[in-house]
Amino acid sequence: MELVEAIILAVLAASTPLLIAATGELVTERSGVLNLGVEGMMIVGAACGFAGAWLTGSILVGALFGIVAGTLMSLVFALMALGLAVNQVATGLALTILGIGLSGLIGAGFVGERITPAAHLYIPGLTDIPLIGRVLFGEDGFVYFSIALIVGVWWFLYRTRAGLILRACGDNHVSAHALGYPVLRIRTFAVMFGGACAGLAGAYLPLAYTPFFIPGMTAGRGWIALALVVFASWRPGRLVVGAYLFGAVTILQLHAQGWGVGIPSQFMSALPYLATVIVLVLLSRARTGGSTAPAALGTVFVPDR
Amino acid sequence: MQAHQRMLDPTPNGLHSGESPLLQTLGLTKRYGDFLANDSIDIDIWPKEIHALLGENGAGKSTLVKAIYGLIQPSAGEIRWQGARIVLSGPSEARSRGIGMVFQHFSLFDNLTVAENVALGLDGRESFKDMSARLEQVSKTYGLPLDPKREVWQLSVGERQRIEIVRALMQDPKFLILDEPTAVLTPQEADQLFIVLERLKAEGRAILYISHKLEEVKRLCDTATILRGGKKVETCNPRLETAASLARMMVGGEIKEVKAPAGRQTTVPRLVVNDLSLAPSEAHGVRLEHISFELKGGEILGIAGVAGNGQDELFAALSGERLSRDPGTVVIEGIAAGHLSITQRRKLGAAFVPEERLGHGTAPRMRLSENALLTGHAASGMVRRGFIDTAATLKTVDRATETFDVRKAKRDPEAASLSGGNLQKFIVGREILRNPAVLVVSQPTWGVDAGAAAVIRQALLDLATAGAAVLVTSQDLDELAEIADRIAVMFHGRLSAPLATSEATREKLGLLMGGSSLEPKEAAHAVGA
Repeated sequence: MELVEAIILAVLAASTPLLIAATGELVTERSGVLNLGVEGMMIVGAACGFAGAWLTGSILVGALFGIVAGTLMSLVFALMALGLAVNQVATGLALTILGIGLSGLIGAGFVGERITPAAHLYIPGLTDIPLIGRVLFGEDGFVYFSIALIVGVWWFLYRTRAGLILRACGDNHVSAHALGYPVLRIRTFAVMFGGACAGLAGAYLPLAYTPFFIPGMTAGRGWIALALVVFASWRPGRLVVGAYLFGAVTILQLHAQGWGVGIPSQFMSALPYLATVIVLVLLSRARTGGSTAPAALGTVFVPDR
Repeated sequence: MQAHQRMLDPTPNGLHSGESPLLQTLGLTKRYGDFLANDSIDIDIWPKEIHALLGENGAGKSTLVKAIYGLIQPSAGEIRWQGARIVLSGPSEARSRGIGMVFQHFSLFDNLTVAENVALGLDGRESFKDMSARLEQVSKTYGLPLDPKREVWQLSVGERQRIEIVRALMQDPKFLILDEPTAVLTPQEADQLFIVLERLKAEGRAILYISHKLEEVKRLCDTATILRGGKKVETCNPRLETAASLARMMVGGEIKEVKAPAGRQTTVPRLVVNDLSLAPSEAHGVRLEHISFELKGGEILGIAGVAGNGQDELFAALSGERLSRDPGTVVIEGIAAGHLSITQRRKLGAAFVPEERLGHGTAPRMRLSENALLTGHAASGMVRRGFIDTAATLKTVDRATETFDVRKAKRDPEAASLSGGNLQKFIVGREILRNPAVLVVSQPTWGVDAGAAAVIRQALLDLATAGAAVLVTSQDLDELAEIADRIAVMFHGRLSAPLATSEATREKLGLLMGGSSLEPKEAAHAVGA
């Protein structure tokens, strides 16, 4: 029982950064922009988040540092890919390379330092319930925030007019422009939201997951977040399922190695990606028409004036 | 103020005494660099008027309506709305003043529902629920049925246009702009649209109607303004003009008439299609179903149909852009070619002219000589031992230029720098100069000026006279009537049996284009149901 609870807690902790980063990228991609720089924005968010928390002693300030850092990184992307209409794939890849270098620079002085990690909720009685108590009522603030975030994004996209306009920009930017919507401004906001989320997801790692910073600590989570958005076929509900599934696979793989299961660890590490490919194939077979991806995804838009 | 204004702008036919125009442009000018897209245009639009805006491609019609709808800012001149000068900050301001627009290339979102699409065209002051209710009411009132919950990609072109019109009507516009609304409709659908427009006019609204189709303009419109080269040529009453006189004003001269050369004889079958079926290659594609026809040398077969009924898919299957499992489905010059690549089919004597000029027919940023090489490398001696014979490619460009009167600034410019008509003449010329046995051409004169269109149609007729088999896909029924010997209609991926052009009336073609069958048995069944 103890082991099951421990595994569930570990899965939640491993899934949360994936969920936060993927939620941001989902909004970005729904507006028609493909930002492949999630990994870069996350790692800068991790370095700045740790720096903020170490300097002030506050986890909240650290999280804000992460959010601001991610947003600034995304503004670099917005300037290039939206303002100057540069190829989005190239810009996103460059952003990741920039982010990895930048985070090493920012974080160099903090390697080896420790902070007190984010506190976990404790409600006497409720948190003490065996098995589910700690899972439901004993998480850190990031976990609860990530759930609220994805619910909020769902509500925004499908229940508000602003969300409808954002989806419209992602489906057909020429039409959206013809109807008088400021496509580039809307996309810039979507990119910034994606950057803020990626920065927060990155900051989660040194602030809650492990209480120290090491260079390259995002370890490809940004790429998994990108794959998750595709896996979820750009729908918030499926994104939650996907994030926890990917988190579970990551944790199970560690335990499987511990139990001495005779499957190479590399194969287990590749499982999330294999799952993405399989789901994509199933989705494209199941749907008879229409497209699952935002139709304008990754295309450059230059308004005529 | 009003009296003063009327003195400045006398109405052309004195019909509107005692009112002021709903919308006026005074000296409206739009400059793009050195290019004057609109040069000092004056136009008056009155309530209860259907006003035609005529002109060839590039005459400045789109620029003018974009300025009136607030999409672009004029470089000089002014727009007056109900007598007062206005400066539009954008389309939403135009809409809030009562100016609506239905675009030629629909501004719809394929993966959103009908109701969501309509909501995006409104200012969003009412709740989604109220809007949906009003949508149903407006579509019922005007006889434009729509299902608000369906996603746009599932709808036909006619239905898509209905969304645009309903969306515009829901803002209760005083003035509605329609950009080539009938270009994508069957004749019957167009008739239904005219009923709606007449009704809007009777309600006191004004309509600006952009079209190429002169007979339609004569039938529907009260006034016509003709643009040429960015300037206003004339404002007249189209009912007092002939189609020929309107065309002369648009073109600025006589248009050469296309003549079918005498002594055309059909010979052996050169292109045969046997029971061709093909699954769609993309999400919104059409499935080709059991297409069969036979095309002899010396013959022109026309394929009519509303866009998006499988014409693109058929072109891809004939050209070899998509291969068939069964080689016998496409037979070129007696050789089963369904499994052969584009180059192999070209070697058999086939040539292809796709609909899209830039990006499909030519590589836009490559020179004409390089573009000549791209389709001619296999069979026209432009490559020797793996090396390009530059002189030969340039010679091809020169020959095409001379034979088909291609006008360009340099000897060998980039494809994208040519106007649509000149580039199309070059592409058709490039293929015809290869002396093809079979020519498959899609929308040969789409968006091409009348002069170039005449040259291209004549070239196709001459090619058939020389013994080639020519397959022309077009949405322009007048064009097919002019050059084709037989006309078949494509609908939902199926091809009707070809009719002799003399028997193919607009009514018959229209029925086929709308999916009805001409066979009496099925017609009776339909009535019974």
